[in-house]
Amino acid sequence: MMTLSKETLAIQREPDVIYFRNKAKEYAVKIGMSMVGQTKLITAASELVRNMLRYANGGNAILEIVIRNNVKGVRLTFTDKGPGIKDVKQAMQDGFSTGRSLGLGLPGAKRLSNEFDIKSEVGKGTTVTIIRWKNGL
Amino acid sequence: MGEFLLVTIQVDLYDRLALALENDLINMVSKTEARGVLIDISAVSIVDSFMGRILGNIASMSKIMDAETVVVGMQPAVAITLVELGLTLTGVYTALDVEKGMELLRNKIGYQPKEEEDLYDDFI
Repeated sequence: MMTLSKETLAIQREPDVIYFRNKAKEYAVKIGMSMVGQTKLITAASELVRNMLRYANGGNAILEIVIRNNVKGVRLTFTDKGPGIKDVKQAMQDGFSTGRSLGLGLPGAKRLSNEFDIKSEVGKGTTVTIIRWKNGL
Repeated sequence: MGEFLLVTIQVDLYDRLALALENDLINMVSKTEARGVLIDISAVSIVDSFMGRILGNIASMSKIMDAETVVVGMQPAVAITLVELGLTLTGVYTALDVEKGMELLRNKIGYQPKEEEDLYDDFI
């Protein structure tokens, strides 16, 4: 996999979420992703950015256009230095939340992405990476 | 709009704005004694779990205040994404556009248009 372009945005306040979503959409449009694909990508991004703000007081979001086997995609990486997730498996279940949300954020974001990866260490932070390919279902 | 409140969401809302909308809307329902709330989201490009929850909250709160809520104009891509996300918007009525939404609201609250009242008077 190769990275064609890359940009890092700091997420510190709620309005940053809107700006980031628009940027992610821009990237998706640039590679010719379908309307449904774009919507899935920015919805997943919205869930993950919100998690970062709520549980870790913000962090960094990296936007990339990547290419693999001649197919382009948008990769988003969310890195925070928050408390980390004690039980990632549990956090990935529908309806589980330590906050007062619906508990759809992480599992929902996974369903909306073509590729999903999460790494978390208690006391260190969490990194979530998602990819949506141009031709992804 | 008579007995109904019509809300058009023109921009993508961040969480605090969405909460403010929820709050303002419920206050307006109380103040105007509206029997129905119509929320037009045709300009909204994404509904995530938070926004979905706000829509559900508005519907439940309005219901307690004796008003029905209909969400109209959802973009197809948004609908597809919502279901995959796992949000079914339980308890929220939806319609394709404002006109159909108004019709649904009228049916829900058993609203009789003025003409019929006149007819009824003539009949007596």
